[in-house]
Amino acid sequence: MKYQVVIGLEVHVQLLTNTKIFCGCSTRFGSEPNSQTCPVCLGLPGALPVLNKKVVEFAIRAGLATNCSITPRSTFARKNYFYPDLPKGYQISQFDLPICVGGRLDIEVDGETKPIGITRIHMEEDAGKLVHLDTMEAGEKSYVDLNRACTPLLEVVSEPDMRSADEAVAYLKKLHQIVTYLGICDGNMEEGSFRCDANVSLMPVGSDTFGTRAELKNINSFRFVKQAIEYEIERQADILDEGGKVVQETRLFDPASGATRSMRGKEEAHDYRYFPDPDLVPIVVDAEWIEAVRKALPELPDAKRTRYQDELGLPEYDAEVLAASRDIADYFDACVALYPQAKPVSNWVMGELLRALKEDNREIADCPVTPGLLTEMLKLVENGTISGKIAKTVFDEMYKTGKDPAKIVEEKGLVQVSDSGAIEKIIDEILAADPDKVADYRGGKEKLFGFFVGQIMKASKGKANPALVNEILLAKLKG
Amino acid sequence: MELHELTLHELHELLKKREVSSVEATKALLARIDAVEDRVKSFITVTPEEALKNAEAADQRIASGEMDMLTGIPVALKDIFLTKGILTTCASRILSNFIPPYDATATARLKERGMVLLGKLNQDEFAMGSSSETSWFGKTRNPWNLDCIPGGSSGGSAAAIAARQATATLGTDTGGSIRQPASHCGCVGLKPTYGRVSRYGVIAFASSLDQVGPITRDVTDSAIMLGAVAGYDPRDSTSVNIPVPDYRKALTGEVKGLRIGLPREYFIEGLDPEVKKAMDESIATFRSLGAEFVEMSLPHTDYAIAVYYLIATAEASSNLARYDGVRFGHRNQDARGLLDMYMVSRDEGFGAEVKRRIMLGTYALSSGYYDAYYLKAQKARTLIMQDFVTAFESVDVILTPVTPTPAFRIGEKANDPLQMYLSDIFTIPVNLAGTCGISVPAGISSGGLPIGLQLIGKHFGEETILRAAHAFEQATEWHKRKALI
Repeated sequence: MKYQVVIGLEVHVQLLTNTKIFCGCSTRFGSEPNSQTCPVCLGLPGALPVLNKKVVEFAIRAGLATNCSITPRSTFARKNYFYPDLPKGYQISQFDLPICVGGRLDIEVDGETKPIGITRIHMEEDAGKLVHLDTMEAGEKSYVDLNRACTPLLEVVSEPDMRSADEAVAYLKKLHQIVTYLGICDGNMEEGSFRCDANVSLMPVGSDTFGTRAELKNINSFRFVKQAIEYEIERQADILDEGGKVVQETRLFDPASGATRSMRGKEEAHDYRYFPDPDLVPIVVDAEWIEAVRKALPELPDAKRTRYQDELGLPEYDAEVLAASRDIADYFDACVALYPQAKPVSNWVMGELLRALKEDNREIADCPVTPGLLTEMLKLVENGTISGKIAKTVFDEMYKTGKDPAKIVEEKGLVQVSDSGAIEKIIDEILAADPDKVADYRGGKEKLFGFFVGQIMKASKGKANPALVNEILLAKLKG
Repeated sequence: MELHELTLHELHELLKKREVSSVEATKALLARIDAVEDRVKSFITVTPEEALKNAEAADQRIASGEMDMLTGIPVALKDIFLTKGILTTCASRILSNFIPPYDATATARLKERGMVLLGKLNQDEFAMGSSSETSWFGKTRNPWNLDCIPGGSSGGSAAAIAARQATATLGTDTGGSIRQPASHCGCVGLKPTYGRVSRYGVIAFASSLDQVGPITRDVTDSAIMLGAVAGYDPRDSTSVNIPVPDYRKALTGEVKGLRIGLPREYFIEGLDPEVKKAMDESIATFRSLGAEFVEMSLPHTDYAIAVYYLIATAEASSNLARYDGVRFGHRNQDARGLLDMYMVSRDEGFGAEVKRRIMLGTYALSSGYYDAYYLKAQKARTLIMQDFVTAFESVDVILTPVTPTPAFRIGEKANDPLQMYLSDIFTIPVNLAGTCGISVPAGISSGGLPIGLQLIGKHFGEETILRAAHAFEQATEWHKRKALI
């Protein structure tokens, strides 16, 4: 392509505070319409906002995790526009003095690391929502539900540093990973807890002047982000190819068609008449507060990955998978704390555990096999009570019942046979039953060793100690 | 003396000695309201049932010995204060059906102390005006001369005191809305320091300027009322968390050595000669009490009106956006579609002055004009504030007229907004600076209209201005003069 793609993202992160940003109402999702409201979030005459300190703390967390500097004295501003879901006729947001500025996230695309600048992170309140009813008696009617009004949001604005849809997705995934790791957002894109607008423009390769951008809205999954941006790139390229001009506008992504369509042009853009909100005092964040938040930050994905490789000696792939989500990493860390052999733990978590959860569509937090149970089982393997193969049976049983692995082994009689006399007896029977193959082996067909092991394990119902089987079988065949 | 003519502290003494019951006092005030309300029109809503219920409760409280200064005192509130379950209109059609589900902090504090609520007082619509002529519910008249305006925006609060329809009232002051009507009606009006009284539940006009304060018969009552409503409120982020002194203790009668500044920008050509004369006599009175006068300057005074009409209207344009017909208040039922509903409801709901200010403020905040208007005004506001801070390094109190002229006639300036705006020239700078000011009666014009004196104090300097005002009151008879109605 002869065009350079330029992408910047604006991400809204809904914060996991118990109460709203400017009043004491609950932020719980899915309650009876307008049941979680008060004079403040209803925008009644005379009501005044009071800032929820937790929101500031969460914003500082996000800022520190994305290498931003924290503004010592930031302010709230009013963004003025009329809409029925906006009770006060303005949204309280931040404008010229946001809480965090000048950050950076490193993304990896095709094995290369690239820094993406973060312009700013600011705090704001969400609007309510409209419910449109179309009934025979009532005609067309719209209702307003203000439960969501005044819910705290962070808006994270990137620099226009991304050059492809893949980079945009990588950035978004990285940011998603960080806010969920920080415990400040549940990351649910479908319910809108993490939502993204994309600014996309094209310029001729080699140019240093950005082209006219379109702002894409309503892209609520990683897949849609890629789809919407790719569609938009193609649309703008077609226009430029034909000698046309891209117009500055807001475009809505339609997941059904995979296309974007114009929502409003530049002329229809609002003049939000931002000005400092006189009802709120400046937010003062001192160095002490910042340090306290920094100390309480959890280990972030990049640091975890590095530690898994450097300190625990895990391969890059394992480190990547385990650090991908905080829940998995927490699970893994808990296991390693109980049973400090990282690789076997990693194998089991990445293998059986994640497979079982996936089949079951379950979160790791709800996994019936706790780190305690999993590591107890690994200890049984290590001390030879059960074989690795039997362990899979034990694991399945633990997953079904949540029972202690030792108990499962005992109840089901799964203890490994390490009695060399008993194993010898089985081997003798197997070899006696098939003298031709024994002769073949002795004649040089050493591949048959595996065949004999299989027969022996089958005869022992998998309980024979594999190491002993190997040792005795080898001795007998050489006999 | 008749019960309805008593000051708050006089009535309190009678209640305390059980010489009078709150029910008796309340009935006397309600009767007085009945007798003169047709002529004065101080009230938007009178609440006799509520008042008598409150009075009975107050009498029980008095009987049990748990009495506050406010217990059993018949009070009326400007219709800008939210009163739970009682119509609160802000004198606007757009709120003509609004019954609040909660009390303003000021309302709640007076209720806790056992006040008797007589009703809700008329004002300029959304407190935008200096004459109480812009109310959707009709004009309030000046009890001293029914052809004159009572001042505004808290015109009902001042007229009700002058006409002896309430023992004490609360108003709000954004650019002079307590002090100017108090001056025009011969009452004491106090605008406290910004942050001294909670704004929670007070319908906002201009959030960075609005402040709650009392209008009363004398300075002692003013001190009592301020003490009753002042103090930090966690629901108002701009309220200040410093202790509330006992303001009555400040009323020592002593002003010897008090340094009083006379800003030359306030004693200008064009000042009404009778107002000038009243100021000269007041200065002489203070001198005789031992106060010292200092000539001084507040150099940025000239910018005050322009700055005020940019900042106040900008904030108002945003504060009044919530009146959209969606959740409460007036909604045009025939409107087609959302935009039409907004436009028709607001067009019908707001009066001309409110619309004018919304448009001015919207313009001042518009993209491309923000820097030239709003931002510039904020910078000038800082200079005006610094004028006062600097001045209070060398003086304790600043003495000025409250208004350039006594009350003007109804309709005289109604069609000349600029003339109307200029009538607040001496009060507006105090709001911009966020300091406190009090208006006390200081003369009567040849036309029989009261003239007020303004004493301005530094931030949280209420005790000093109350002390000076009280000493002046003790030395003069002006506060004893009554409107003949």
